[in-house]
Amino acid sequence: MVQTLTKGSVRAKTESKRKRKKRGDSSLWWMYLPSVLIVFLFIIFPFLDGIRISFTNWNGFSQAYDYIGFDQYKRMFADPDTWLVVKNTLLYGIGSTILQNIIGLGYALLLNHHLKVRTLTRTIIYLPVIISPLIMGYIWYFFFAYNGGALNDIFILFGMEPINVLSDPAVNPYIIVFVNTFQFVGIAMIIYLAGLQSISKDYYEAANIDGASAWQKFKAVTLPLLMPSITINIVLNIIGGLKLFDVIVALTNGGPGNASQSMSTFMYNLYFARQDAGYAATQGVLMALIILIISMSALIYFKRKEVEA
Amino acid sequence: MNRQSSSKKWLLTGLALVITAFHLIPFYILLTNSLKQMGDFTSKWSFPDYFNLENFALAWEQAGLANAFTNTAIITFSAAVLLILFGSMAAYALARRTTKLNKFVYILFVGVMVIPPLTALVPLYRLVVNFGLMNTHIVAVLNNVAAFLPLTIFLYAGFIRSTIPKELEEAAKIDGASTLKIFFKIIFPLLKPITATVLIISSVYIWNDYQFAIFFLQDSSVQTLTVVLASFFGQNGSQLNLVAAAALLASLPMIIVFLFLQRFFIEGLAAGSVKG
Repeated sequence: MVQTLTKGSVRAKTESKRKRKKRGDSSLWWMYLPSVLIVFLFIIFPFLDGIRISFTNWNGFSQAYDYIGFDQYKRMFADPDTWLVVKNTLLYGIGSTILQNIIGLGYALLLNHHLKVRTLTRTIIYLPVIISPLIMGYIWYFFFAYNGGALNDIFILFGMEPINVLSDPAVNPYIIVFVNTFQFVGIAMIIYLAGLQSISKDYYEAANIDGASAWQKFKAVTLPLLMPSITINIVLNIIGGLKLFDVIVALTNGGPGNASQSMSTFMYNLYFARQDAGYAATQGVLMALIILIISMSALIYFKRKEVEA
Repeated sequence: MNRQSSSKKWLLTGLALVITAFHLIPFYILLTNSLKQMGDFTSKWSFPDYFNLENFALAWEQAGLANAFTNTAIITFSAAVLLILFGSMAAYALARRTTKLNKFVYILFVGVMVIPPLTALVPLYRLVVNFGLMNTHIVAVLNNVAAFLPLTIFLYAGFIRSTIPKELEEAAKIDGASTLKIFFKIIFPLLKPITATVLIISSVYIWNDYQFAIFFLQDSSVQTLTVVLASFFGQNGSQLNLVAAAALLASLPMIIVFLFLQRFFIEGLAAGSVKG
């Protein structure tokens, strides 16, 4: 390019410059070409292809399959497992989000005081974030396991019957919410701490002069000014919770039956254990829709609150 | 007044310590479990009264952790390098040249962030098989790069827009430097803080990745730590001491990195959240 420029006449120079602008060099498209290719190949294309496969009866390995219209969708809506799994997924998504935000904010408020143990506490609460969710699941398995679990050691010590919480379908979804919350509450805490530290002291001084109580200050100053942090946390946690996979594999493997299955683990089983690829793709479409609708409505709702505040 | 605030401080310190102790419970249980000999059924809350590191040696050997560490390190390192290289270049073009095409591409990247990669599992699996990429490091690297590129581009673009002055590039352009040279010599070094954030967030996730790894790394020679651990747990469900030792070994590198570079982990996250 440089060579042709120096060789050509002045007129050719300006012309080629104009051409270059028009031809898209001004977009510098070649700089994002690798990124676009990778994202297209590994996310966008499979996502669109998944919608196509959801209209087939493909089993996951054979060459031949038929397009069967909306049959898989009809099957999905008639399948009681679908609703069980959607219910679990919503519990994991919304339950963990509520807990992580309330506890994370509480921790942040506590650590916003200048305590001597502040760094230690912050480090320990944040530590699980850097550990694989699968391993975190196993670690809590050592705690909750029926045989030789740490929880039952306490029960036995006090002469009580050991309990089998991980196999109890009435309890184990809540254990999964607890473990997910325990692992990621550190992220919420750090984001809230950063938010708290960005609030000017002047607001609190003004509130003090007006004789506001601690609760009034929290409601009128802290919470509204924390709205941006609340939005990020809620959207992050909801997406994380709705996609939950590793922790479930480690703690219950979705069982007993499908009792603690999330949409992610359910889809995985349909594809690999039951060779029901067309149906798995249909469940994938539903999962994408649910995550999209919930995370988008949360984002819009809290963004609007931010403006009001 | 003074006395009241100091007793309040003691109360809050006590509360913080209780919370810290609570959050240490799983790590404590992991440690006592991993130190006890097989067949030792004493309470998980007590330390063994003997010294025994046998579980670690056995777990290291039987689970093939050495190989798994190498695989995990290769995949994490390659993916992080590609993410930073491709992500920063893409973000630079998208942040600096706001043509119609670029605006569209940027919106595309942001939109992709909402698609959970796992929902595309079925066709992705077919694609990987067709390309002959099953059981290769490449597939794990590219999958993780694809999953993190949108966020990486988003973070870099935000940083470039808000902190890198345009005058720098214009001066270099007058001197006749090429775009690539301007980017790598002038812009990229200025992106260090956000590069650190991207590096930390993505390495932790890629190191710990299980969802992609379990689908595409089914041959034991290419398996990462999480996959190896999952199958080790499957084989040794009754010997939790061995599993605990393996889990501790697998987590140790990240724990050590975190304890030493804690400031960067926490500041990186805080900076990312304030920017986003």
